[in-house]
Amino acid sequence: MKRHLISAGDLTRDDALLVLDTAEELARVSERSIKKLPTLRGRTVVNLFYEDSTRTRISFEAAAKRLSADVINFSAKGSSVSKGESLKDTALTLEAMGADAVVIRHAASGAPHRLATWVRGSVVNAGDGTHEHPTQALLDAFSMRRRMGRIEGLKVAIVGDVLHSRVARSNVLLLHALGAEVTLVAPPTLLPVAVDSWPCQVSYDLDAVLPKSDVVMMLRVQLERMNDAYFPSAREYSRRYGLDRERFGRLHDDAIVMHPGPMNRGMEISAEVADSPRSTIVEQVANGVTVRMAVLYLLLSGSEPAIGGDL
Amino acid sequence: MSDARNQARAVLEGPDIHRALTRIAHEILERTKGAEKVVLLGIPTRGATLASRIAERISQFEGVKVPVGTIDITMYRDDLRLRPARPLGRTDLPAEGVDGRTVVLVDDVLFSGRTVRAALDALNDVGRPRAVQLATLVDRGHRELPIRADYVGKNLPTSKSEKVKVYLQEIDGRDAVLLIKGDDRPAAGETNGER
Repeated sequence: MKRHLISAGDLTRDDALLVLDTAEELARVSERSIKKLPTLRGRTVVNLFYEDSTRTRISFEAAAKRLSADVINFSAKGSSVSKGESLKDTALTLEAMGADAVVIRHAASGAPHRLATWVRGSVVNAGDGTHEHPTQALLDAFSMRRRMGRIEGLKVAIVGDVLHSRVARSNVLLLHALGAEVTLVAPPTLLPVAVDSWPCQVSYDLDAVLPKSDVVMMLRVQLERMNDAYFPSAREYSRRYGLDRERFGRLHDDAIVMHPGPMNRGMEISAEVADSPRSTIVEQVANGVTVRMAVLYLLLSGSEPAIGGDL
Repeated sequence: MSDARNQARAVLEGPDIHRALTRIAHEILERTKGAEKVVLLGIPTRGATLASRIAERISQFEGVKVPVGTIDITMYRDDLRLRPARPLGRTDLPAEGVDGRTVVLVDDVLFSGRTVRAALDALNDVGRPRAVQLATLVDRGHRELPIRADYVGKNLPTSKSEKVKVYLQEIDGRDAVLLIKGDDRPAAGETNGER
């Protein structure tokens, strides 16, 4: 049976824990001098990136290579896409090359879902529009569990541009499945319309939420998706929803600060907070490779995938 | 449980396992001249438990602390694609590492030899031992690769359709090795109790 990782909601609690436990073992591989495993020898992973990305693409590439899979990198720039080739035709080309998994990043929400109906391999969503980014949520959960020792019962505040954030949506779904209590904090203009139906709390007041939080996840203000005026000015946003030293001081002593990157230093997070030892931002990148190795391993190594959803 | 349905016979009981491990510990001391520069690496899950028990005995007999670790072989298996993706076991190498040492791999049942082949590959990626030896609680025959054990708790003639199941106190709450009469299930693709 073919299975995909398109939404964090594709993962049951057991699936998610299996990914985290597998990543925990794989993290040891990253510590040794030979960081390669023969497990996916002969399998082909295609990275299909229609949107700019540094860490996600590199991280998937490193993960696939460490498992000995062959990696084909495709980016829209410099490909036939700039000549007008459709997603479907590109997908069929890749299909003809025999891809066992396609990792896709696309500006359109739902693109991975469409793609999954056209290709034989497993589709892994590496970020689609403002919809989802499930491997980011997995690596965030993994980073949380490593720092805090647990996820169940943690109070997690996700702060900022929830409206445009695929990271927020995936995190809410996954963290809810793993038993954390999530509170979204954002100005009303940056919350999606249907947020009431998400399994989380919503607040407009960061200062009220901070002292009660174990984990504060700051979202990037996505300037490239800001076509309208969502807030009066960058300074105004930063003053009400930015994490600066003073707000950081209101967190309890064991609380950690996360950011999926890339950061706008001085906007949603001050440089001082970003570089503090209680920030997990650099770890999150390293953990990204191990978590993605776990996902590829569980999807591709066996006769059938151990995780994921079907269409 | 399938044990109840199928005919199961205990071929080793607690005291037998105890004696077999004691003998293996003595043999390791003898063959390696006092277990100097020896590292015991158990293959999870039960091989790991057996490795700690052997190390305990070696330290009782001669006061030598032998480093113990575990080496998971899942990622190196040659039959990964025959079954759904499986969870990983733990690899925990002793701080001393394996370079230049005599590594004794420890597993519960030696059958086709494929697990050991995978363990040799895994070992190759974590260092370069001076020598590698193999200890197993039960050798049930039917080798498919040119591999043999250096230390054997019990040689157990079996038919391919039979299963060998090892129970250990630390994991299963009791010590026993059961030989389970096979139904007519084909052995192809099955490891029959090797892991």
